[in-house]
Amino acid sequence: MFSFAPTIVLFPLLGFLFLGLFGARLRNEKLIGILGSGTVGLSFLVAVALFIHMLGLEPDQRKGIVELFSWIGTFTGTASSVNVSVAYQVDQLSILMTLVVTGVGFLIHVYSIGYMHGDPGFWRFFTYLNLFIFAMLNLVLADNFLLMFLGWEGVGLCSYLLIGFWYDRKFDVGGYAPGKAWTNDAAKKAFIVNRIGDFGFLLAMFLIVVQFESLSFDAVFGRASVMTPGSDVMIWITLLLFLGATGKSAQIPLFVWLPDAMAGPTPVSALIHAATMVTAGVYMVARCSILFALAPATLQVVAVIGALTAIMAATIGLVQNDIKKVLAYSTVSQLGYMFLAMGVAAFTAGIFHVVTHAFFKALLFLGSGAVIHGMHDEQDIQKMGGLKKYLPVTYKTFLIGAIAIAGIPPFAGFFSKDEILWKAFSSDQGSVLLWAIAAAGAGMTAFYMFRLVILTFEGKERFDHHHAHPHEAPKTMTVPLIVLAFLSVVGGFIGVPESLMGGNALEHWLEPIFAPAMTALRATPHHGGITEYLLMALSVGIAVAGIYGAHTVYMKRQELADAWRSKYRRIYQVLWNKYYVDEAYDALFVRSTVKASETVLWKGLDVSVIDRLVNASAQGVAWLSSKVRLIQSGFAQRYATIFVGGIVLVLFWLMFK
Amino acid sequence: MLTEYILTITIFLPLLGGLALLLVDKGSVNTIKMVGFGATALTFVVSLYLYFAFDPMAAGFQFQHKVVWIENLAISYSVGIDGMSLLLILLTTFLTPLALLGTWNSITHRIKEYMVMMLLLEVGMIGVFAALDLFLFYVFWEAMLIPMYFIIGIWGGQERVYAAIKFFLFTLFGSLLMLVAILALAYSASTIPGGQFTTDLYVLYGVGPRLALNVQSWMFLAFALSFAIKVPLFPLHTWLPDAHVQAPTAGSVILAGVLLKMGTYGLIRFCLPLFPDAAFVFTPAMTSLAVIGIIYGALVAMVQTDMKKLVAYSSVSHLGFVVLGTFAMTEEGIQGAIIQMVNHGLSTGALFLIVGMVYDRAHTRAIADFGGVAKIMPVFATFFMIVTLSSIGLPGLNGFVGEFMILVGSFKSAFLGSSAYSIIATSGVILAAVYMLWMYQRVMLGPVRPDRLYGGHALTDLTRREIATLVPLVVFIVWIGVYPGTFLKTSAGMAKQVVQTMESARQGGQARFVELKNR
Repeated sequence: MFSFAPTIVLFPLLGFLFLGLFGARLRNEKLIGILGSGTVGLSFLVAVALFIHMLGLEPDQRKGIVELFSWIGTFTGTASSVNVSVAYQVDQLSILMTLVVTGVGFLIHVYSIGYMHGDPGFWRFFTYLNLFIFAMLNLVLADNFLLMFLGWEGVGLCSYLLIGFWYDRKFDVGGYAPGKAWTNDAAKKAFIVNRIGDFGFLLAMFLIVVQFESLSFDAVFGRASVMTPGSDVMIWITLLLFLGATGKSAQIPLFVWLPDAMAGPTPVSALIHAATMVTAGVYMVARCSILFALAPATLQVVAVIGALTAIMAATIGLVQNDIKKVLAYSTVSQLGYMFLAMGVAAFTAGIFHVVTHAFFKALLFLGSGAVIHGMHDEQDIQKMGGLKKYLPVTYKTFLIGAIAIAGIPPFAGFFSKDEILWKAFSSDQGSVLLWAIAAAGAGMTAFYMFRLVILTFEGKERFDHHHAHPHEAPKTMTVPLIVLAFLSVVGGFIGVPESLMGGNALEHWLEPIFAPAMTALRATPHHGGITEYLLMALSVGIAVAGIYGAHTVYMKRQELADAWRSKYRRIYQVLWNKYYVDEAYDALFVRSTVKASETVLWKGLDVSVIDRLVNASAQGVAWLSSKVRLIQSGFAQRYATIFVGGIVLVLFWLMFK
Repeated sequence: MLTEYILTITIFLPLLGGLALLLVDKGSVNTIKMVGFGATALTFVVSLYLYFAFDPMAAGFQFQHKVVWIENLAISYSVGIDGMSLLLILLTTFLTPLALLGTWNSITHRIKEYMVMMLLLEVGMIGVFAALDLFLFYVFWEAMLIPMYFIIGIWGGQERVYAAIKFFLFTLFGSLLMLVAILALAYSASTIPGGQFTTDLYVLYGVGPRLALNVQSWMFLAFALSFAIKVPLFPLHTWLPDAHVQAPTAGSVILAGVLLKMGTYGLIRFCLPLFPDAAFVFTPAMTSLAVIGIIYGALVAMVQTDMKKLVAYSSVSHLGFVVLGTFAMTEEGIQGAIIQMVNHGLSTGALFLIVGMVYDRAHTRAIADFGGVAKIMPVFATFFMIVTLSSIGLPGLNGFVGEFMILVGSFKSAFLGSSAYSIIATSGVILAAVYMLWMYQRVMLGPVRPDRLYGGHALTDLTRREIATLVPLVVFIVWIGVYPGTFLKTSAGMAKQVVQTMESARQGGQARFVELKNR
């Protein structure tokens, strides 16, 4: 049964190749849409079949590796030299991710049929989406670091292509420079920032090759599990891997690309920049849990970066007015929670949040897409309001998504987020401080999400009825919304903790994956008893408070928002300008490098020094020849004089030497 | 019978085409083009035989053909190939017809002479990769210089004469020193008991390593200087941007695609095995220059305003990787260097063709003159994108395979003694993305700009001929990216051989060193 695994990867590849080669000639949106979605649907079906098959197996049998062919290596037959295969590994973790990627991916493909209707690049869109699914599945199903890296950079490429999909348009960058950048500026930024992370990933792989003489997960993790924790090399490997993760999953310091990535079409934001690709970093850390467990110092770094990112992005989200930008910062923030989970060795909780977040954040983005679609490309929530009347399905599903992310039980987000908060508090790597930061962020999340819901759907209609005629989206768009809303309600039940009489099916399912890491960490399960219930109640209370706060400020006493904005003008400006991080990076790295390259290296060293030396030596030879040339005067007498003089000199030398 | 002559036939087949051209009337332009293209295409087909008949498992050189040339100096016409030369010969015979096809209508005057020059150039290039006699190698090496000089100087751009002379002098300067070193090495063969003056590479492989370190060092420097200019290694690269910008498109394709590889080929074929002890001494210097070149080339490429110049500087960066891999002297490093030579030939060859295609239409190469071309030329945009991605080393395409192996090889290399070279070089992958994507963005994306009429010329999408030129390149770009085994297997035996030679030389060197110390 496991031998069918490669077909999961194959279908989207075929879809990509077919649409890429013939898509332009098909000229039939329906056909292209069915082909594009169908390939992903097929992959989903195979994944489901595999999953059901695995359910019937013993836990230690739930793993299969299918090797296809030798990919990169020396081919010299030397055992210690690099040799990497294209091989896929199905296990509890990768099948879970595959189900999410293909399942949510399929829904978003279907949604795109409606959303992209009439776009001249319709076929191109589906070509890129299929390529994305192909790359993402490689990332998830790879049995070695190098193939994972292929998927890793592949999804980055698709992200690049899709952010800049409307490459002749501009988008709103926010802050003080509205409407200034081209979409392909955002695309390029995403690619290059990710490359900085990939630099770390590459170096980590080199170290792994030196340390373990292999890049396959089985070999590396097997050899790692007998090592003692805390060695320098493990700390370097994991720190470098985490650098890669901060790029792909938009964490401090490399998060700057994700908010700009919203320049892409909204289904892309949902699929790539919320549900799947950006969680790749979390998946990678989870996959390498044993390596991170051997580097406690790195775990601390991961937890701190995660918590800081969570709170920082949440604060920015409080003041943004672009519907997608709020969701983007929310994504950055939620990813922070996932890394916080990784950092406190709550690997299952982190993956749990990956799954539930995929449901409700995809839902929220697709909902925002339906709003933007219905409002004719308007994205400013200050120019919306009262839309629930016009978009009832979108409103209801969006509200469900908001409740889920805010962490109200029994919606999906509650269980996963609460698990993270609890572990941040209780695990050996956790602390009260980490919990407090995360809890504060959770309150803000509830606040900004309901600010978004209220400003968009409730209250007065602030849009111009002459220009905007809000209307509900077509079926291809609303059906995926409904399915995702359903999942956002019930998705959390896969991981209901024992303290709430749940079986915590997810934890048991993933247990064999994280067992080596838990052994290395000597982790003991904490049963919090009363503390756990107390904190749970507290986190629900914080979420409710956030919602209530938003309701008060934006529904009941709207003057409060304006009053606060002028009262805390300084803070507001900093948040509105996203802590000026973009400006700082631009001044520090981008402009200075370009300037130095142009003036110092090119026009300075290359042209003024090296080339001048070359030309000067040529001119020197020319000058010398022009002088030496004079000797050849053509006067026979002078030649004779020099000739005789020479003989005399030679004779003298011979006599007196 | 055939195995003996097949290599000689491959080398001189283009020359036959050139002779045939002499019979064609100067005015029948199409016949001239067809004969020229036909000769190069036929050469490619013949060279394919080499690939299929080649035994990657066998040690040493294959398809050897040796004819005594100057008997009392033991100079002979001696050719033969191993995995590395085979791949580079295939690259040459593959790129030459494509370069002609891709620039079918670009040359408008003195077409017959142009075609003859291109054919002579191919003879020289194949000869360089096949020669097993240093004197013969030198003859081919110089012979190839002359047609290239004329191609730049006659069919080049505005400043073609300056560029051609600069190219010629730079290269000649290096190669004259190499000639001195060749003669010195050939002479030193006679100083060994029972030896005689010879330029036979086989014999010299035994002679070179036995020379004293200071003798080896001088010879190494003379060879390496010549090769470093060709590569080009920083700071000897300044001829390259000028030559590329001025050369006609086909000239640039061949120059970047094949000629630069002769430098790195020479380093692996001659510098390492002939003078191993000296190679160890100069490894830090060579790798440092290579790494500087990687970063420097990328940074300078980033700020170029002319597309061709940008691609030229990117070559400095890419070839730096090859030199780094070479001096890593690990199996990964050497294999990576060899496959990266092929990769660079394909990617940069394709890039120059692409720039040429857009130049043929707009008569400008200034990046600032373009914008939104993707809207007008979607097919072109797709090819350009794929080649761009290949150049920045995206996994799944060819560039990544070479870069990864080189970086791993240099990271773990015991010869380099430090991973710093590899770490700095790795940051080059970030910069590559910057300069290539930035160029792509400024030329291809954004809105169509009605204020710039692209030099007053209408842009049209690729013709069938141009597509037919680019498709084979893209096929191999993907092939090597997905299944590099086809090519890596070919050079595996040879790479292993080089590493073993260097390993044993180092151990020998250490043994000698210990012996001296104990005395």
